[in-house]
Order: sequence, then structure tokens, then C-alpha cells
Amino acid sequence: MTLAPETTDLKVQLQLADGWFTVCDLNQLLPGRGVAALLPDGRQVALFRDRAGTLYAIDNRDPFSGAAVMSRGLTGTHQGRPFVASPLLKQRIDLESGQCLDDEAVRVATYEIRTA
Amino acid sequence: MTATPGATPTIVLVGHGMVGQRFLEALAERGLTATHRVVVLCEEPRPAYDRVQLTSYFSGRTPEDLSMTDLEFIEKHSIELHIGDPAETVDREARRVTARSGLVVDYDVLVLATGSYPFVPPVPNKDAEGCFVYRTIEDLLAIEEYAKTATTGTVVGGGLLGLEAAGALKGLGLTSHIVEFAPRLMPVQVDEGGGAALLRTIEEMGLSVHTGVGTQEIVVGEDGAVTGMKLSDGSELATDMVVFSAGVRPRDQLARDCGLAVGERGGISVDEQCRTVTDPHVFAIGECALAADGRVYGLVAPGYEQAATAAATIAADETDQLTFTGADLSTKLKLLGVDVASFGDAHGATEDCLDVVYSDSRAGLYKKLVIGRDGTLLGGILVGDAEAYGTLRALTGSVPPIAPESLVLPAGAGAPAQLGPSALPDDAIICSCHNVSKGTIRGAVTDHRCTTVPEVKKCTKAGTGCGSCVKVLGQLVTAELEASGVEVDKGLCGCFAQTREELYEIVLALRINTYQDLLDRYGRDGARGGDGCEICKPTVGSIIASLAPTIGASGYVLDGEQAALQDSNDHFLANLQKNGSYSVVPRIPGGEVTPEGLIVIGEIARDFGLYTKITGGQRIDMFGARVEQLPLIWARLVDAGFESGHAYGKALRTVKSCVGQTWCRYGVQDSVRMAIELELRYRGLRSPHKLKSAVSGCQRECAEAQSKDFGVIATANGWNLYVGGNGGATPRHADLLAQDLTDAELIRLIDRFLMFYIRTADRLERTSVWLERLPGGLDHVRDVVVEDSLGICEELESLMAAHVSNYRDEWAETINDPEKLARFVSFVNAPDTPDPVVGFVPERDQIKPDLPLLTIGHRPLEGSAQR
Ligand code: SRM
Ligand SMILES: Cc1cc2nc3c(=O)[nH]c(=O)nc-3n(C[C@H](O)[C@H](O)[C@H](O)COP(=O)(O)OP(=O)(O)OC[C@H]3O[C@@H](n4cnc5c(N)ncnc54)[C@H](O)[C@@H]3O)c2cc1C
Ligand code: SF4
Ligand code: FES
Repeated sequence: MTLAPETTDLKVQLQLADGWFTVCDLNQLLPGRGVAALLPDGRQVALFRDRAGTLYAIDNRDPFSGAAVMSRGLTGTHQGRPFVASPLLKQRIDLESGQCLDDEAVRVATYEIRTA
Repeated sequence: MTATPGATPTIVLVGHGMVGQRFLEALAERGLTATHRVVVLCEEPRPAYDRVQLTSYFSGRTPEDLSMTDLEFIEKHSIELHIGDPAETVDREARRVTARSGLVVDYDVLVLATGSYPFVPPVPNKDAEGCFVYRTIEDLLAIEEYAKTATTGTVVGGGLLGLEAAGALKGLGLTSHIVEFAPRLMPVQVDEGGGAALLRTIEEMGLSVHTGVGTQEIVVGEDGAVTGMKLSDGSELATDMVVFSAGVRPRDQLARDCGLAVGERGGISVDEQCRTVTDPHVFAIGECALAADGRVYGLVAPGYEQAATAAATIAADETDQLTFTGADLSTKLKLLGVDVASFGDAHGATEDCLDVVYSDSRAGLYKKLVIGRDGTLLGGILVGDAEAYGTLRALTGSVPPIAPESLVLPAGAGAPAQLGPSALPDDAIICSCHNVSKGTIRGAVTDHRCTTVPEVKKCTKAGTGCGSCVKVLGQLVTAELEASGVEVDKGLCGCFAQTREELYEIVLALRINTYQDLLDRYGRDGARGGDGCEICKPTVGSIIASLAPTIGASGYVLDGEQAALQDSNDHFLANLQKNGSYSVVPRIPGGEVTPEGLIVIGEIARDFGLYTKITGGQRIDMFGARVEQLPLIWARLVDAGFESGHAYGKALRTVKSCVGQTWCRYGVQDSVRMAIELELRYRGLRSPHKLKSAVSGCQRECAEAQSKDFGVIATANGWNLYVGGNGGATPRHADLLAQDLTDAELIRLIDRFLMFYIRTADRLERTSVWLERLPGGLDHVRDVVVEDSLGICEELESLMAAHVSNYRDEWAETINDPEKLARFVSFVNAPDTPDPVVGFVPERDQIKPDLPLLTIGHRPLEGSAQR
């Protein structure tokens, strides 16, 4: 997909405790796929962009194995809600709430995300 | 009283029988009842009822039970139904119908559905008291009433209806006779052998059968009522009542009177649209019509097709033009106690056809199948045991998946074949009354979520005609429900209601080359415009990749939108390991590798600190690569002449080989050469599941070819090709598809086989499972790919040719594309920082994942933070 020129220099930012943290250019996010980002405190975040252009951010660690791979999972919509499936054992995580759709007891951290 | 048409055009239907009612339904379905005034003239004192089930009146069904007319339907569609008021004259010039009551209706379209009348031979006293016909509810009520004072009854005519009528008389407690002019019963449907078996069964039921004799005169007593009949052989038969069932004739008098052309032997002449050949404003459908093929059909199913055709023509539906050019005459006798069925070309009229007959007159069994030269089932007759009728009728026109004799042998003789409905193809017609295919019935369970036979009947109309298909219907519904458990939906996933095979056909036929296009046009309602899911994205990605050159998509799986569709492994062109690192498997065709090649692999593994292992597929796997190292590793491999081994893809893995003739003292062909050729030909081919192959140089089979999706074993004369083998969780030995093939023949067959598999298999269905699921199994596959029974081999070959000539190595493409390379980083904001949780510890002089590292700082169940 090609982006309109005026959107190419938009930056993707995450809300951290001490304010908005700039991660990358918007055009580094491919619709339907994710990227991983490293936070200053060592945490990892998986960032996604869906087909409509909406951005999401959740913890990059797979809650089941601990591997930092969530950004490499496949995304989709389930009953109108966006999710990512872990590339390891395929459990799905709701991208808005961080709730695991296949195991009620599991929820991962989510981050507020915006473009600026 | 004159009903003048206003602005709305008027359709007048004459005759509210089974076909007339179906025509009204077809009008409503096409919305014509909203745009037209619809007037129905119904002669009988009740609206349409199920004439086919007429005899069931005697087993307790009331006229109300038999009714086919939902008055709510009539009302809802503002249909003007005039009961007990037949049409008397038609003025075609004025386009005006006059009914008996004096009602006058001007029409724009006139549809005649006047059915038939029972033929009564012109014998003296045929109209005497005690003589009846067997056609309407009123006829039955009269027979029932008269039988109360009678002890003996005779049916004239030993055909389908005659037998039913005789059974009914017997049921009313009469001593019953059947008089048939032909030398056997049911002369139209069964042959001599079948007639003999039928005769036995009928006589065993206590009916007296007189064949080969005609009725000469009805003998009446002083009161004018029937006392007996004189037969053509000079004998006399005492009887208190006579039911004529000597055939039917089209009711075409109304048509004749207004100058419409009729056939020599009756029937209103119509064209393929069911329009009368004389007058474009007049149609004729059902038993009163002489169809374009020159026949009058006395069965309800063809009538229903005619009803649909006429409605479509009136609707002038350009997109859905139906024609009626002829129909099948399969029948099954519903009479309790006698199983008689005939279907297709029952009398073996096809040139060069052969019979398979099983006959046991003692047991009243006769079964005949008519088989074409190529093994196609053309038709048959079943007497005494019509169990297999539903299945056989549906298989007619195809080559049955098992030997035909096993279909007619009685249980206990040899191994009786139980050919369940699962063996039938989707387009097999299960209910011929309503022309409902197996696919439609399955669809009722899957798409319409029917869970019971009554629901399926309601949804599809199947089984609501003669009822002979209800058994198979039940089996199908059960099979379908069982197969899917609670999840009855056959669709690929929540986004697509279609199966993978259906999506493949859509993509190929419409040349759809993006996932979004497919989703937005063919996805389920709620899924269109959305993001799809982890099931359909890779599946569609794989379909697009398999067909890429043909549908105009890029053959490179990371191009554009395709990148977003690929499973995680395909997206990184490597296999993800449990700690987030990757393994790399270069292709080593046929397992043949030079010492230099081995050295390069060794050097790369050493330089990047990778764990190396010889795989079960005769190649070398290097484990423990970080995502950002992948392009560097590939660059060195590609430089040394290696390419991707697709260990990550649902694609060809390896073609294993033994050393073969070149070195081995037993070898009869060069297995290594062939394995390399096959591996290079099919490399990169995306398929529903992974594909494995092997080539052995002789029968000793050191390459284990019979455990592969397609395995090749050398013979003195060439190659034997085996298909459908599998290792894994459910091992299966491959089946021999063809023998002693030349190189070219072998490759051509494999091309076809693989493309047919890719086309028809389900997602993640290995060839072994596919082969067992496919109706007809191996024989069907052989028909398709060896005999070209579907005529698709040329297409399959050209699809493969396109794949072969467009193949490019994915690793090489990726390392040459800076934009793609940008993805192979640990962190988008810190590309040079390795993922801190990927680490290794030593084991047996190599590395293994440092698993404890994965748990450090990992708090999986913490609540949502940072909101
Ligand atoms: C590496 C290897 C084991 C080894 O060290 O020898 C291997 C490794 C894996 N196999 Fe295998 N299989 C390997 C040979 C086999 C064989 C033996 C063979 O091919 O002769 C079989 C049985 C033969 C067969 O497939 O019929 C085999 C049957 C499976 C199956 C079960 C398939 C089935 O139909 O039941 C799976 C699961 C699947 O594919 O769904 C599987 C899946 C896998 C996966 C891809 C599982 C995964 O998703 O992580 C493993 C990934 C390896 C990696 O990360 O590189 N592997 N696997 C072998 C690679 C061969 C190669 O060079 O490509
Ligand atoms: C006992 C029995 C068993 C059968 N079993 C089978 C079977 O197993 N399978 C099968 O396929 N078929 C069977 N049939 C045949 C099947 O019933 C007919 O093929 C089917 O009913 C034909 O439908 P139709 O609408 O053309 O004619 P009909 O159902 O006969 O309807 C024609 C209607 O038009 C009316 N009509 C005639 N003239 C006028 C007029 N001038 N004005 C107004 N109305 C008029 C008639 O009164 C009648 O109601 C059976 C028939 C009988 C009698
Ligand atoms: S299969 Fe036959 S030719 Fe090949 S290595 Fe074994 S014995 Fe030799
Ligand atoms: S075949 Fe007659 S109802 Fe189905």
C-alpha cells in the first residue's frame, strides 16, 4: 500500500508514565502486521496498524511462553474486535483490551498510542 | 362480472395442482406477485394438494395433511384463488378467460397447468356404477365409500399407479386383482427379470395378477352396477368394483378449443421456455405440456422444473434464464411392502452398455445395473430391495467409487459394500422430485444451521415429494452434523462462509489477486471491510501464491499486501523457535550436496554460532539465528548457490532420494537425478499443506517413497507413482496411481495431481487425508488426472507450467530489497539492539535456548497497565 505523502512524516507515539514516547515513523507500520519497540526501561511493545489505519500497542512478550514475539503474529478481527494471534501457539489477544480471547485468565498490558 | 386489468399486468393460472402451486411459489420468489395481479382458477373443490402422496390417505393422512397450499401464502401475495371454478373458454385474441361461474379475467400472461386425466379404455360399460379412476382426493373418497359394500376389487393396469391402487384396495379389505395388458408388471420401469421378481412379491402380498390379458368388457348386473369383467383370453373375472389405472392423458382440451397446437398424442406444445409454440402470451407447464424434447412428463419433478422455467421467463430474468429440455424418469414405488425402483437408463438403451444383474426369484430379488463402457453407472432396476436406490440414483452419470457388483449383492454375499451418501459428489441430485443436490442439503445444515430432517425439508423442499429420498436425506444430515459436531458451519472461518476449495475457484475464475478484494466481495456480511483473521489470511495468501502467475499476482510472497497475509514463519522466511529465535534450512535437492556446500554451511553455522542438525528430510537445519541475523545468513548462503528450503512454508519440502542406480548394485534408474528434477520443478509451490516426496532407485525403497505425498519408485521400465502417503501422527502408505511411466509421463502426472490437490483440498489437509475424504478416493483422482474425466488436465498442466517458469528464490529477492530488509530488525526503534530474552547456553558442544531467560521480567498475568 502506498501512503499519501502528507502522512509519511507522521510519528507513532506511545503514552508512558512520563509522557508521549516517539517510536517510529507511521510508514514503518505495514497494515495487518506489527513491529516490536524497545522502551527506555527495557520493556518491549508490539505495535500494530489495521486496515482502517487504527493503531494498537500491547506488550510484546507472549504471555504463555515469555518469548518476545507478539509483534510477529497475524492480526484479524473477531466479532468486530481487533486481535493478534501469538505466532507460537496461536492464542489470540484482543488488541484494545489486552485480554486473551482463548484464556479468560490471561491479559497483557496495553499502551495508549497516537500519531503526531 | 368482468375483472378489468388496471395498470398492473395480470397473470392467470389455470389449474391449481402440484405444478400450479409450485409456479405460484416461483412467482413469489421472483417478486412477480408484487408487480402483477395473479388470478388462479382451480377446478377441484380444494386448493393444491400432494397428489404424489395420494395413497397415504388410506394409511391415515387426511386431505388437510395432504394440502400443499398455505392460505397465508396466498393471502400475503394477494393471489386471487377461485376454488371449484374451472376455466371454460379462452379467447386468445381478446386475451380473456371465462370460468364456469361466469368470472371473466383479461390476462397478459396465461399459464395452463391443467395436469392429466386418467385414461379409461373404451370398453363397454366403462362408466357403470362401481367403476372408478385414481387421480384426486374425490376419487379416493368415492372408492372408499363404495368399498364398504364390496368384497372384490380389480385394478386395470399394472403400472406404478395401478400397483398403488391395488395396494389401496387390498388395504380396504378387498380381495384384489390386477389386470395388465403387457406381459409383466410395471412394464415401463422394469425389464422381464424385474417383472418376474416383482410378480412374486406382489402375489406373496395376496394380490392376484393377470398379465398379458386385456379388459374386453365390464359386466354389470341388473341394477347397472359392476359384477365382473371379461378378459381378452376369454376368461371372466368376478369383481364388485373396477379402478382404471391404465395411464394418463394430458388435459389439453381447453388448449385445443382455443387453437393452441397440441402434439399428435396430446399435450400442449411448448418451447424450452415452456411458452406455447402458438401464442407467446400463453404458457403450459406440468403434465398437460408437451415439452420441447417431444415428451409429456408424468412425474412431478419435471413439472416443477417447468414451473421454475416459466416463472423465470415471465420475469424476463436475463441473469437467470432457465430452460426445460428434458428430465430424468427415475421412480421408486412407495407402496408398503414392495420395494421397486428404476432410475436412469433402466432398460439399457445406451449403445455398448453392459448389465450387472443379481437375481434371486425365490426371495423376490432382482437388481440390475446398467454400466457404460467406461464404467459409468447409467441406470438400473431394483426389485425386492431398493435400499441402495437413493445412493445409486445420485451416482448415476458417474463412475461409482466401488465395483458395481458390490452394490447389488445382497448383504451376506461376499462383502456387501455400504456406500454411504458421503461417497456422493456435491452435485449429485438427492431429491429428484425437487431437484435438490447433496450440496444444497449440506448447505442447509451448514449455512442455514438446520439440525433436523424436518428443518432441512422445510429449508430445501427435499423429501417433500415422493419421499423416496428421505432415508438418504437423513443419512446426509446426520453425517453432516456428526462431521462438524456443534460447529456445523463448513465455512473456512468466521470471515468466509466458503470452503478453501470454493475460495480457490473464486480466485481462479475471477482472477482476484488481493485478499482485501476477496474479503470485501465474498466475505461474510460482518467480515467485509474488516481485517480478516489468522485462518483465512494465510489460506488466501497461499491460494494467491499458488496461482500468482495466472491471476496476475506477484510470485513473491512478501510483495505488497501479500506480506501481511503470510503466517509468521513465511513472513520471516524461517522457522520460529520457542525462544523467539529462528532456524534456517537451505534447500538440498535430492539430498545431494557438494563438499564445498557442506563447508559453507559449516562455516556459516560456526560464524553465527548456530546449532546444526541433519534433519529427517535429508538436509541440514541451523538453529538459533536472531531475526536481525537472518538476512546476513541468507546472503552468504545465496552467495554459495543455496536457496530457501521452504521449511517454513506450506509448500514443497524435500524430495528425498536414495543413491540409486549410479552407485547401488540394485538400482534400476537414476533416482538422484529424478529427485533433483522433481525438487527443482516443484520448489516454492504453495499448497494447502506441506508436500513431501521421495524417489527410490528400486523396489527396496530406501527413500521411503511410499510414505510421501507423492513418491516415485523405479522399475525396469520406468517409474511407478504413488500418492497420498504420510508419516506424522497418522501414517498412511501411499497408493499406486500409475505404473511404468516415462520421465515425461511421470512429471505430467505429478503436475496434474498436485494442481488438482491444491485446487480441491481443504486448508491444512495433507494429500493422505484429502484422498480419503474425496468422494471416489483414489479411483476418482485417477479418473481426473490420468483419464482426464473432468477435462481439466490441460488447465492443471498450464497452471503448473506457469508456476515453474515464474519461480524465484525468496531469500535472494529479500536480500536484494532494502525495504523488505528493514523488517528484519529486533526493534523498530533500536535495530541494533538484540532481543534481550533470546539467549543460549551450551549443550554437547553446541548451543540450546536459554529457557530461564524467558521468565525473567515476564509477568504474564498482570492487569492492563499504562492506560
Ligand atoms: C527439522 C525436522 C526435524 C528434524 O530435525 O529432523 C522437522 C521439524 C519440524 N516439523 Fe516435521 N520435521 C522434520 C521432518 C519431518 C518428517 C520426516 C520426513 O519428512 O521424512 C515428518 C514425517 C513425514 C510426514 O510429514 O509425513 C514430519 C512430520 C511433521 C508433522 C506431522 C505432519 C502430519 O501430516 O502429521 C508436523 C506438523 C505439521 O506440519 O502440521 C511437523 C512440523 C514440524 C515443524 C515445522 C513444527 C513447527 O511448526 O515448529 C518443525 C519445525 C522445524 C524447524 O524449526 O526448522 N513435522 N517432520 C525435519 C525437517 C525435515 C526437512 O528437512 O524439511
Ligand atoms: C396416485 C398417484 C401417485 C403418483 N405418484 C407419483 C410419484 O411417486 N412420483 C411422481 O413424480 N409423480 C407421481 N404422480 C404424478 C404426479 O401427481 C403428477 O405428475 C403431478 O401431480 C402433476 O402436476 P400438475 O400440476 O401438472 O397436474 P395436477 O396435479 O393433476 O394438477 C392439475 C390441476 O388442474 C386442474 N384443472 C384441469 N383443467 C382445469 C381447468 N380447465 N380449469 C381449472 N383447473 C383445471 C385439475 O383439476 C387439477 O387439479 C402420481 C400421481 C398419482 C395420481
Ligand atoms: S532403493 Fe534400491 S537403488 Fe535405492 S539405495 Fe535402496 S537398494 Fe539401492
Ligand atoms: S425424490 Fe421424491 S421427495 Fe425427494
